[in-house]
Amino acid sequence: MAILETQGLTYTYSQGTPFEKTAVDHVDLKIEEGSLIGVMGHTGSGKSTLIQHFNGLLQPTSGKVILDGRDIWADKKKIRDVRFQVGLVFQYPEYQIFEETVFKDIAFGPKNMGLSDAEIKRRVLETANDIGLREELLERSPFELSGGQKRRVAIAGVMAMEPRVLILDEPTAGLDPAGRDKILSHIKRYHERTKNTVMIVSHSMEDIAGFADKILVMSHARLFCYDDTEKVFSRAEEIAEIGLDVPQVTKVFLELKRQGLDFGKDVYTVGYARDLLLKQLAARRGE
Amino acid sequence: MLRDITIGQYFPGDSIIHRLDPRFKIVITVIYICMLFIGSSFWCLAVGVVFTLMAMLLSKIPLKMFWKSVKPILPFLIITALLNLFLVNTGEVLFQWKFLKITEGGVNISLFMLVRITLLIMGTSILTYTTSPITLTDAIERLLSPLKKLNFPVHELAMMMSIALRFIPTLIEETDKIMSAQKARGAEIDTGSFMTRTRNMVSILVPLFISSFRRADELATAMECRCYNGGEGRTRLRQLRSAPRDYIALGVTLVFLAAAIAVSIITKTR
Amino acid sequence: MENIIEIRDLHFAYDAEDENSEPTEVLKGIDLDIHRGEFVAVLGHNGSGKSTLAKHINAILLPTSGTVTVDGIDTKDETKLFELRQRAGMVFQNPDNQIVSSIVEEDVAFGLENMGIPYEEMRRRVDEALKAVGMYDFRLHSPSQLSGGQKQRIAIAGIIAMQPECIILDEPTAMLDPQGRREVMETVKRMNREKGITIVIITHYMDEAAQCERVVVMDKGRVVIDDTPRKVFSQVEKVKEIGLDVPQVTELCYELRKAGVSVPEDIITEEECAEALKKLFA
Repeated sequence: MAILETQGLTYTYSQGTPFEKTAVDHVDLKIEEGSLIGVMGHTGSGKSTLIQHFNGLLQPTSGKVILDGRDIWADKKKIRDVRFQVGLVFQYPEYQIFEETVFKDIAFGPKNMGLSDAEIKRRVLETANDIGLREELLERSPFELSGGQKRRVAIAGVMAMEPRVLILDEPTAGLDPAGRDKILSHIKRYHERTKNTVMIVSHSMEDIAGFADKILVMSHARLFCYDDTEKVFSRAEEIAEIGLDVPQVTKVFLELKRQGLDFGKDVYTVGYARDLLLKQLAARRGE
Repeated sequence: MLRDITIGQYFPGDSIIHRLDPRFKIVITVIYICMLFIGSSFWCLAVGVVFTLMAMLLSKIPLKMFWKSVKPILPFLIITALLNLFLVNTGEVLFQWKFLKITEGGVNISLFMLVRITLLIMGTSILTYTTSPITLTDAIERLLSPLKKLNFPVHELAMMMSIALRFIPTLIEETDKIMSAQKARGAEIDTGSFMTRTRNMVSILVPLFISSFRRADELATAMECRCYNGGEGRTRLRQLRSAPRDYIALGVTLVFLAAAIAVSIITKTR
Repeated sequence: MENIIEIRDLHFAYDAEDENSEPTEVLKGIDLDIHRGEFVAVLGHNGSGKSTLAKHINAILLPTSGTVTVDGIDTKDETKLFELRQRAGMVFQNPDNQIVSSIVEEDVAFGLENMGIPYEEMRRRVDEALKAVGMYDFRLHSPSQLSGGQKQRIAIAGIIAMQPECIILDEPTAMLDPQGRREVMETVKRMNREKGITIVIITHYMDEAAQCERVVVMDKGRVVIDDTPRKVFSQVEKVKEIGLDVPQVTELCYELRKAGVSVPEDIITEEECAEALKKLFA
């Protein structure tokens, strides 16, 4: 069953003024529970506006957002509960840290949910472990930590609310390759433990290609496609045309195909490319 | 939403008033204020009314914008008028009910103050509507530059002012973002009791302060790297040049001031 | 070739926080020469000391020991500080925190105003710089209306207008989207090609480093590799060990070689990779 659904979701900024702009245009989506989804699109494609609808930070101009079978705007007073069920981590989330200790900052969300102290403690410890923050860091001031650690504290703050859907807007922005891999692997670990739905917004297809089950692509305020990773990459040429970067290996195989060397498969990770090439070479030698 | 607050009321345009040298505009505004406060009769204010209407028409700013400039201080205007109406007891009594007494003098003064303050607001609005805040800062810096000799930090103040103007949109956007982020963590900012809201303000103010200090620090380094060393020996890209129209405008204003003075003397001696 | 930047045995340590702790040594003896007109990338992970090194080139930081000389000026010479900063301009990571004015052209003029350049010349230089980075049409805009990539181009224009010999860019693309990153790289490359300005770009994106003439890799306060991008990325294991990436095509060829397939080891572009694979299946 779909955990999150949108029906004809449309959002128009500054309606009725000369600056009127439709940022999301009739988007129909069904997000399956438990999947790990990559969200892509260039700046201004509407992806950031779209994800802010999922937890009710923005209210659609028209259309519906349905969480677990219920229209989230059916009862405006319950919109805060929606935010606990759909957690949203913004870009550069380390800038939202404000508490004196790491523990308190991670506990801010759970506390707002009105949980018991014991439950809050369990959640903080568990998410700190998921995101790779050692326990002795919890009593330190978050402002003494390194940039990468701060980022993880901020992400843990949303994870600790144990939302049924966790959405992260460019969680690796500005990090070096090692920091990026670390964050992504911790998010994966969280996904595997909780089996909750996770959505990651990213500019880098190379990052999410080998990672996500499904990929959602936005272009010019519309849903360009939402499908299994492999199927999305079978449209790599179109994706490159709408201005997104496709992984280098994908580009190489597309070029080979253009030159008449077709392996009949869509390649999007180095590991897959290697295995495919080795198999083909072995097959040739066998002939 | 915070984004909707318009800071600075600049209304871009290309009217003659827009094109006046901002230094002259400031001086003219000061003279205008003197004009309003010089006399104590309605005849003096009439001179001010003519001057204001003329400037309003020349500026080509839609009239409803002037209504907008007066609207926020309307309660203040009404209270002042009422106080004057009931507290001034001179001349013929027009109306009396228990301890409330309205006299002819009271009516006169309250109307007089009402018109004077409205003119003051509208006239100064013409300055802010037709001059961008950054130009205004620049003009103030240059007008005050003689004070540098008295060690008054004119350049530093102007630089602070223009950096503040530069960072207002950035900080508004940032506040918006932090608010959304904390709301996503369940902070009640626009809902909830007064106490929870106040407590939750901390979750916005702390990150905002930290980020502002970081910005200030980085900006200072960037400015030093571009050879910033205070106001001494600086030249400017923005050139303020006075044209004949500026002197004409100043001349016209002085004529109105003279008229106001003349009217005030005549009405007094009569 | 003539050196524009000469770094000799540079050590740098931040002061100890209190009496009991040791000062943290960030740079541990760096020797580096940058030639005039060169286009160099300094690559390294966070905390490798690459930004600290950059800050030494125009005297934001001064060496604990050793020397840094730029165009013949020792960075410790306080009397020549402004001359130094005019010759070696700096562009920073956060585009918002280096723009001073609320009007684009006035921001570009900021450095010139500080240098006391007369109006006529300032006007000419500002217009030229804005045209050079392709932002002339935006000269009267407010920076808050611009994208990150456009703001960085404005910052670059502000430096170009000062007619520097050399520009140091400290992770100028870290906060930008792919479009903005491309804009900035294109602009920087053009400045190098057309104006002959020496470029030192600090980055952790290997695809940007691959576009440079020379790559200096830093790790733990030391220069560990200094070579052409091709030679640097062909050392796949070493680069990965440092915590950096190699281009996907380089990695693919490396993996194939490991499995006994003979492909060249210095492949860094998609074209080269496609060519090599085609030969394999010819």
